[in-house]
Amino acid sequence: MLVKNGLVYQGDKFEKLDVLIKGTKIERVAPSIDETEATKIIDAEGKHVFPGFVDLHTHLRDPGQTHKEDIISGTKAAAKGGYTTICAMPNTDPIVDNIATVEYIKRKAKDVGYCKVSVIGALTKKSEGKELTEVASMLEGGIVAVSDDGGCVQNTKIKLNAMKYASNFNIPVIVHAEDYSLSAKGQINAGRMSTKLGLGGIPALAEEIIISRDIMLAENLNCHLHIAHISTAKAIQMVREAKSRGVKVTCEVTPHHLLLTEDACDNYDTNTKVKPPLRTEKDRLACLEGLLDNTIDFIASDHAPHSDFEKEKEFNLAPFGINVLETSFASLYTELVLENKIELTKLIEKLSTSPAKFLKINSGLIKEGCLADITVVDLEGDIHFSAETMVSKSNNTPFINQTFKGRVDTTICDGVVTWGAGTKS
Amino acid sequence: MQNELNFVGRCLYDLNDYTAEEIYAILEASKVMKEINKRDYKKLPTLKGKTICTLFFENSTRTLMSFELAADRLSADIVRFASNGSSLAKGESLQDTVYTINAMGIDLYVIRHNLPGSPQLVHKHTGKPVLNAGDGHHAHPTQALLDIFSIWEKLGSLDGLKITLVGDIAHSRVVRSNLIGMRKLGAEVTVCGPKTLMPSQMSEVYGCKVEYDLKTALKDADVVMGLRMQLERQSEGLFPSLEEYSKLFTLSKETMKYAKKDALVLHPGPMNRGIEILPEIADSSRSVILEQVTNGVAVRMALLFLMLGGRM
Repeated sequence: MLVKNGLVYQGDKFEKLDVLIKGTKIERVAPSIDETEATKIIDAEGKHVFPGFVDLHTHLRDPGQTHKEDIISGTKAAAKGGYTTICAMPNTDPIVDNIATVEYIKRKAKDVGYCKVSVIGALTKKSEGKELTEVASMLEGGIVAVSDDGGCVQNTKIKLNAMKYASNFNIPVIVHAEDYSLSAKGQINAGRMSTKLGLGGIPALAEEIIISRDIMLAENLNCHLHIAHISTAKAIQMVREAKSRGVKVTCEVTPHHLLLTEDACDNYDTNTKVKPPLRTEKDRLACLEGLLDNTIDFIASDHAPHSDFEKEKEFNLAPFGINVLETSFASLYTELVLENKIELTKLIEKLSTSPAKFLKINSGLIKEGCLADITVVDLEGDIHFSAETMVSKSNNTPFINQTFKGRVDTTICDGVVTWGAGTKS
Repeated sequence: MQNELNFVGRCLYDLNDYTAEEIYAILEASKVMKEINKRDYKKLPTLKGKTICTLFFENSTRTLMSFELAADRLSADIVRFASNGSSLAKGESLQDTVYTINAMGIDLYVIRHNLPGSPQLVHKHTGKPVLNAGDGHHAHPTQALLDIFSIWEKLGSLDGLKITLVGDIAHSRVVRSNLIGMRKLGAEVTVCGPKTLMPSQMSEVYGCKVEYDLKTALKDADVVMGLRMQLERQSEGLFPSLEEYSKLFTLSKETMKYAKKDALVLHPGPMNRGIEILPEIADSSRSVILEQVTNGVAVRMALLFLMLGGRM
């Protein structure tokens, strides 16, 4: 396969190059490769060629909650959004706390998925925050990290032991930081909006106290802590300081925390109900700043699909979560790159190169010898999100019925077209 | 009457959707309704043939009675859906509940719900005008309108009046709606209560003053409103005891000395005598607490009348 005449991502710049793919790998990247060298040509004239996006934080809902999403629809949504590798979070039903469930996801994704799926195992059994999981056997099944995401281990001693145990195997522990005693009954960020709407507030402190605790644990144990969906200015500052003194801490931010604030919750739109909650403008700007100065390592989706009937409820009764995979690139490109808040190359680094490095996969760059994980994007192309156009089983995005620039035309995963012309059906 | 203003088909979620002019129009209409309520024959044929549904998902006595009486006096038909606890407990979603009821042919909904934003949801699924009779801690606009009516009737304009609201501000939908309405009509409002019962950024959101000391808060007030203090806040760890609360925040002869001499006293009820207010104040000549209840029927009649396009 030959991707011809595109503007190809080369780290800090884009160059007009051709990309020749042989099997699962990139064979050659050069200014002009003859069409006779390939049987299939993808014309990328006027388009951008990025390394496939990599997502560290996806809720595929499979097994057990397949009315919201399943491995087929979730990976298809990923391919449509330009992703070639995603990581499945373990808070399914049952919880991914054993090798059998890990293998189920890996096998199904391999058989019917539209992208590669890595699995994150639970940190504690049933993610109850009580007993440790069999990390070694889940590693045999191929997990890449452990996390009780969606929940948070409250007991410090158990968290300490779980982190210590995981550090035996040199895999990161991912924390969803939430002190339950402070977030209890909370629906949106505690502040101006919660006061106005009469909704329970989730204070920034609920996130910051756990992050502060876990940074201290990571420093003490010298193990790798990864903070999921960081959202407050203070939390980002804590990570910045921890990194500067050499603590092995990394963190991610979601597109919605980069793009939206608590103001989006006005009028009780349950598609804005998410954990951590959408914060203040000050926090949003701190997320952007943290991304630019590399305090925040990469962007992760926290794709959390929920069905219409679950979201079409009183605000307090609707579940937390936003549907992200299909909207992430276009929304970030339109709202941040086109508004000159971030360079396009930086955005690609944060969506692909940096998370690929985190996962230690041979992806995230377009150069000879790398896996042929490639996303061809028409930056001028419009993409509209509606219940009709979304391929995810759910439509719970605050960007529903909006149009953005930056349409993914073709996604190639391990040398196979997974989205766009020639997609396997 | 108010030919240029249009209320027909609109919802009333809270007072922020209504201009000062519109609020005054509601007050004027309420005045007419109050006169009718004083008659021996208290009935108008004006909403004959209209059907109003009261959806009460939370316990209420006076608000429900007040609405039903208001609808009765305007000759509307009323159906009541009452459910204790959330709709979820019944296994049916609010959406399905209102789909079902709406299929029976309803012209206007009055809803009370323990969860904020529910009135918007009812409107979304029915397309009919919805009147919020209290949603969680969010809003209670008819209570605010009857409070404002009670002040307006006694003191004329609210412009420049000093109004102090005392008590559990955090859990009060009455306070939130009153703040919006009173500020729109030009009053200077102070809220007062313990820090643990004060939501964040009150002054930023509502343009009010925040005080934690009762005497300072009452200084030169033209109007003082006490709020019901609920015992359950004690078990939630928000204050130590009702005794200590009343020591700090009760409206008494002693504390009311700091307000203006004839300051009006309001309370949305039900009252805890001896806790947030002493009988010496609740039953005094400056108290308009019972008149608030009388005014409530008139205000609700005015709203139903205006929203359903009745003719005088």
